[in-house]
Amino acid sequence: MSSNKMRLSGWPLLLPALALLAGILLVPLGRTLLDSVSEPTWTLKNYENIFTDGVTLTVLGRTVMIAAAVTAAALLIGYPYAYLMTRVSPRARGILLVIVLIPFWTSVMARNFAWIIILQNGGPVQKVFALLGADHVVLYGTSAGVTIAMTQVMLPFMVLPLFSTLGSIDRRLLLAARGLGSSPTAAFWKVFFPLSRGGVVAGVILVFTLSLGFYVTPALLGSPQQSLVAQLLAQRTTQLLDFAAAGALGMVVLIVTLVLVAWANRMGGTMSAIGVVATSRTKDR
Amino acid sequence: MTHDTTVKATGSSPGTRSGTEIRLDHVTKDYGLEAPAVDDISLTIEPGEFMTLLGPSGSGKTTTLNLIAGFETLTAGTIVLNGADVSNVPPHRRNLGMLFQHYALFPHMTVAQNVAYPLRERRADKREIARKVAEVLELVQLTGRDDHHPAQLSGGQQQRVALARAIVFEPRALLLDEPLGALDRNLRSALQVEIRRIHREVGSTFVFVTHDQEEALNLSDRIALFNSGHIEQVGTPQQLYAEPETLFTARFLGDSNVFELGQAALDENLTWDGETWGIDPGTVAAHPGVRTRSAIVVRPEDVEVVNRLDEVPAGANAVRATVRDVEYMGAYRTLLLTMGERRLPGRARVSALHGDHAVGDDLVAWWRPRAQRIVAA
Amino acid sequence: MSFSGAPTFQWPPRGFSWRLYHNFFTSPVWLDSLRNSLLVALLTALLATTVGTAAAVALSRLHGRLARFVRTLLMVPIVAPAIVVAVAVYISFLGWRLTGTVPGYVLAHTAIAVPYVLVSVTGALGGFDQRLLKASASLGASPWRSFVRVTMPLISRGILTGAIFAFIVSFDEVVIALFLRSPQFQTMPVQMYNSVTVEIDPTISAASSLMVVAVTIIFLVPQLLRGRARRR
Repeated sequence: MSSNKMRLSGWPLLLPALALLAGILLVPLGRTLLDSVSEPTWTLKNYENIFTDGVTLTVLGRTVMIAAAVTAAALLIGYPYAYLMTRVSPRARGILLVIVLIPFWTSVMARNFAWIIILQNGGPVQKVFALLGADHVVLYGTSAGVTIAMTQVMLPFMVLPLFSTLGSIDRRLLLAARGLGSSPTAAFWKVFFPLSRGGVVAGVILVFTLSLGFYVTPALLGSPQQSLVAQLLAQRTTQLLDFAAAGALGMVVLIVTLVLVAWANRMGGTMSAIGVVATSRTKDR
Repeated sequence: MTHDTTVKATGSSPGTRSGTEIRLDHVTKDYGLEAPAVDDISLTIEPGEFMTLLGPSGSGKTTTLNLIAGFETLTAGTIVLNGADVSNVPPHRRNLGMLFQHYALFPHMTVAQNVAYPLRERRADKREIARKVAEVLELVQLTGRDDHHPAQLSGGQQQRVALARAIVFEPRALLLDEPLGALDRNLRSALQVEIRRIHREVGSTFVFVTHDQEEALNLSDRIALFNSGHIEQVGTPQQLYAEPETLFTARFLGDSNVFELGQAALDENLTWDGETWGIDPGTVAAHPGVRTRSAIVVRPEDVEVVNRLDEVPAGANAVRATVRDVEYMGAYRTLLLTMGERRLPGRARVSALHGDHAVGDDLVAWWRPRAQRIVAA
Repeated sequence: MSFSGAPTFQWPPRGFSWRLYHNFFTSPVWLDSLRNSLLVALLTALLATTVGTAAAVALSRLHGRLARFVRTLLMVPIVAPAIVVAVAVYISFLGWRLTGTVPGYVLAHTAIAVPYVLVSVTGALGGFDQRLLKASASLGASPWRSFVRVTMPLISRGILTGAIFAFIVSFDEVVIALFLRSPQFQTMPVQMYNSVTVEIDPTISAASSLMVVAVTIIFLVPQLLRGRARRR
């Protein structure tokens, strides 16, 4: 507003944050990008290899499949959950919110360790299946186990945008549809669900995108033969020291992520989720 | 270090009622919009004077106050306090108190802590602070509220705390930015009395911004009337009301009957709508604009009404009028008139004893040439 | 589980014992990792809170396209996949000799913690009346003094919340820490990771429990403070 304030406390205060961002993120990322197109010579070979080396594409495909499975599971659980949250008393809503936010509150390693215990050979999940007559069900070391553990973490990112969208839908529209002769199911699918689409799209994009980058959960709960893109990245960097190949793959993941998040943002409804991401915290990846 | 010097500067003249001279010299503030917010203003505010910057919103009065306070930087010109150019001094070193419309009390501090704030910034010692806080709270009649938080006080009380806080460090001048704007009518007039009393007791220069003409007329030693970035006229309330230089001034302060003349010779007589009117040379504004475009303004209380033209005294200026409406105001009535062939709207204030006038009555309105004022239009 | 007497990850736990906690608090490896984590998290909280608060204050006064862009840019670390950031940081830090060093960890963690501070302080500034700063200046306070005496007390909850988030983001961070680790310097989450993947060390269950309890307590700090403020 006043030029005095501008001069005294405007842009200079931003410098440390920008310097940090540049030094720790932008420069390394830029350098990675540069490496990926200039090693061994100026070439797009590293990007070409993603499609031709036979491994990367398989891993990418598997990652996308798991991310899609996590997204679907989160939506199937999250939609009724968010709907329930809009229908109960404020007190109960608070409790439901705390429950869905529990993964935010527990430490990454503690949570993944807990999943190892639960899913391992001889663990409680196996015993439950045994009681039901299915012996020797082992989820530890499988993509199914990874999907379950990831879904737990991603649930808040589905529930929160859904909750804010569902909560803003005028319920009298449902009554109006009923009054016009629709069955409750028809009223839901024809009136309520279409109005909630913004939240669904936002939640789906957000969960899918964030699921692409998971590292710790698949590394601990999955099998080395079923690795995901993050593990491939880590392996190429620390074991193969193939920085150019890792850089190319990393750039693809980063750009896909940023584009999808920007798109989800455009669709609206993610602002609430991003806000929660920031005031709670992102886990694992 | 700078704090020390300012404390000494004000501390050396306690109660001398000298105040500070504030001089604006060709001051301009241009935000790069169509027209500068403040356009080449020069104004000298005398030591100890109560100067009001009056004008409609957007006229530049608040910008001018912010320029004096240092919250805005000058595009051109200088601001001089007691002979020292402060144009490039940041606000916290200007040693000017300020009162805001929204009180701007610190919500996390008690009344006493709020009032002590400027003293603590100047590193005054504890006992000195306690003494001055008690003194100034007594001055604004808030003794005993020391430990209240602002939220526990009424709007009027909050503004009195803000006032105490703004004067406790004996600033070179007090700047008041529509301080009564957020208060209801009764509280406003009570606080007007209070502000005047405190101005008398403190004796320092007050610069008061308002868009309320009654407030300005009631409080000020002098008024600077602002109009779209420049000063229309500076003078005492009486001067501005009785001797406006321009049509804007005449219209902004009080009601006026306005007869636009265009470019007219203002020597002896002139003709308006077929009527011949006399001119008193002493009532022609000195403003150079009078030569190119002028208007006659007559205050409603100077207009008399009679039923027939032949009742108008010799030497008076008269115009035919029709009563459009009558406003009963208790002690008097205001007749809303339609005047002359051009059917101009007009007003005449008549005594309640004057007899009845019904809507639609045809009358003759008249006034003495010396009661009218010829202004630049 | 953490009170189990068994030497493996066996479930259900058999017997009750403090042995794993005893292991934890007598093992130099675990204690070192805890100390390292606390050190890095504290420094990160300090640095991220300072940098993030300054940025939030600046952005609350700046308007226009450029300011909006900068705000978005500063939020990127929240959505960027940690693994990509970790790989890029690792490659660069190798060259700068920052891997396995405290400054390396602190800088990397601060970069990802700043957005959390930015968001929570920006939230607090939303309820802050900027006009108070004008009043403060008119009363003789320099911009810095005004910040200390007026802005900071009024947005202290946002700053504290931001500091807590920054602390926990760092304390609990695994992915970047895995890349930056050196044989001499590991954080506790990395040690936990090792104990699952390499060593099969059941002490991790004690470490996990301690971690959950610690994080929960830290998260409860603002709630407790709020309760106290209300009673006052």
